Amino acid sequence: MTTDLLDLPRRSERRRPDANWLLVLPAIVLVTAVLLVPLGQSLVRSVDPPSWTLEHYLSLFTDGVTLKVLGRTAVTAAIVTVCAFLIGYPYAYLMTRVGPRARSLLLVVVLVPFWTSVMARNFAWIVILQRGGPVNSFFEFLGIPGVVPYGNVSGVTIAMTQVLLPFMILPLFSTLGSIDRRLLLAARGLGSSPLAAFWKVFWPLSRGGVVAGMMLVFTLSLGFYVTPALLGSPQESLIAQLLGQRTTQLLDFAGAGALGILVLVTTLLLVAWANRFGGTVSAIGVVATTGSKGRS
Amino acid sequence: MTDTTARTAPAGTPESEAGQPAERRGTQIRLSAVTKDFGLAAPAVDEVSLTIEPGEFMTLLGPSGSGKTTTLNLIAGFETLTSGTIEIDGHDIGRLPPHKRELGMLFQNYALFPHLTVAQNVAYPLRERRVPKAEIAARVAEVLELVQLTGRDHNHPTQLSGGQQQRVALARAIVFHPKALLLDEPLSALDRNLRGALQSEIRRIHREVGSTFVFVTHDQEEAMNLSDRIALFNQGRIEQLGSPEQLYDAPDTLFAARFLGDSNVFELEGGVTGDTTRWEDRAWRVDAATVSRRSGVAERAAVVVRPENLGLVADEKDVPSGANWVRARVRDQEFMGSYRTLQLALGGQERPGRARVSTSDASFAVGDPVVAWWRPERQRIVAA
Ligand SMILES: Nc1ncnc2c1ncn2[C@@H]1O[C@H](COP(=O)(O)OP(=O)(O)OP(=O)(O)O)[C@@H](O)[C@H]1O
Ligand SMILES: [Mg+2]
Repeated sequence: MTTDLLDLPRRSERRRPDANWLLVLPAIVLVTAVLLVPLGQSLVRSVDPPSWTLEHYLSLFTDGVTLKVLGRTAVTAAIVTVCAFLIGYPYAYLMTRVGPRARSLLLVVVLVPFWTSVMARNFAWIVILQRGGPVNSFFEFLGIPGVVPYGNVSGVTIAMTQVLLPFMILPLFSTLGSIDRRLLLAARGLGSSPLAAFWKVFWPLSRGGVVAGMMLVFTLSLGFYVTPALLGSPQESLIAQLLGQRTTQLLDFAGAGALGILVLVTTLLLVAWANRFGGTVSAIGVVATTGSKGRS
Repeated sequence: MTDTTARTAPAGTPESEAGQPAERRGTQIRLSAVTKDFGLAAPAVDEVSLTIEPGEFMTLLGPSGSGKTTTLNLIAGFETLTSGTIEIDGHDIGRLPPHKRELGMLFQNYALFPHLTVAQNVAYPLRERRVPKAEIAARVAEVLELVQLTGRDHNHPTQLSGGQQQRVALARAIVFHPKALLLDEPLSALDRNLRGALQSEIRRIHREVGSTFVFVTHDQEEAMNLSDRIALFNQGRIEQLGSPEQLYDAPDTLFAARFLGDSNVFELEGGVTGDTTRWEDRAWRVDAATVSRRSGVAERAAVVVRPENLGLVADEKDVPSGANWVRARVRDQEFMGSYRTLQLALGGQERPGRARVSTSDASFAVGDPVVAWWRPERQRIVAA
């Protein structure tokens, strides 16, 4: 009797998903064109199509250079991550505790290096860090000569930490800001000293943000190219420089492809592993969307 | 305190003495001239003095912003005193940090730790006190049984309903045998039925653990339901202190009369002279026992009559001898289920008032002139 009435909404419901698909189509096309196609090409080239060989992968482990650089890159990325965390956590905590005006100011301060051009920022660091620069002079004034964090990994670490700080601070800020502070009062009332309340309540609740921020900073650190090239030294190159060298100087696309895939797989495994420690899927989303931008 | 009514012993005392003589964990909490000034126009808590007896269920009742939470936070140690002293069993705790005060606290939003299970939440205060593991397990099980949540140990708080979450919070707040339990509107986030159920639960647990409870609410019904005594707060001060019966039957001030229950209010111009007073053209008899001392020192006074004490007759000739009366008009009526409420316009000024009649009583219709009367001993002269 009322089949018509019942059918009407169903028909329109059926149509809706189709329309939605059309809306995401441009995005899908774009992602395929700029991400999946090049990735597929790298993958194909890495096995050297006519000969279909894994030799390029094998040589990564046997050439004596790749593993060393990869290890150095990982250690640098780890140090940057720890430094960013040590600065970022108290900073983000402070941001949750001040008024809205001070908070905006703190946010701008952290984002300024992010908004400046890569070149300008790195050359500014050269001026500051080089022999005879303010840092060198300051330590000499203190009676500690020879502190020149330029032309080696320490300068690279400093500059990378600075530009990656927002990626640590922003997820931390949103996580710390959403923690109900009355939980700390409750903990105090239940017998916890302020320090114990922090360790047993605030810290566990902030862990999601910590994992997200650390993952972002670490994975982005792996891809830095300009900063190590300008502030570091060829003797201490990082993985992105090795990649650049293979593609632009040696024209060894197969070797570069294999190296690229190795880095990608390592990163994805790492993200998957970190996700088990409370890092959210959204953090991976942020990694994916900002990853290209981080190669500075 | 300016309260005139006699300081009776807390109603809970005799009962619990009979029930469980040894288990008297309650402590005395004494506030002396406690003041908290946030630097606003008026202090949030203004020279409050209050002695809460061991094992007593004391409710801090009052409108929003009257300083109830601030008072409770001062006791808990979450706020610092501007002046005054707070003693627990005679020891000044004013400078003790909250985690050394050994007081349990229940919050409106439960404040359960979301990263811990029910059992871990309840175990938290015991862990902080380095209680041995086996004993922790036993005490957690025991207290979860007390709040009727056995078997939910491994759930996370978000998997529980609001009422269950508040039970967990209650278990967590009493498991370490605190000197007293402080409750800040613990039921106001719950729906009406659940609130009723948890009220009786809280009453039962108060009886069973026998410790001192300080309960904050702005719900007068809840306060009357639960309390041994009520401290009625108004603008950072205690307006009146007494048992629920005292506050309802013998309010000292117009504020108290209006805050607890319905009242018919006749604001007096001349005050009380001897055993009579005047309101409009009427002269009323005054029973000395019904005059609150506050009304004597106040500039203005008012006669207050509860709706259930008001009788209605058609003509002044029908008013019983010795009763006070006033002419009125029926303005509207409400069916309340077990009774009807007639809304009245009292006297020439047509002051709003109300009377209660039985549902079967159809003597008066809307618009009818009536005479409202009451016995002089059923009225109360309060400070306005
Ligand atoms: N931390 C604070 N800083 C400044 N003013 C405060 C603070 N806490 C409370 N106040 C003020 O103190 C007064 C009393 O607040 P309090 O929270 O004690 O009221 P309350 O009786 O608990 O009210 P409610 O029923 O709304 O919870 C209010 O005017 C409030 O604005
Ligand atoms: Mg409050």
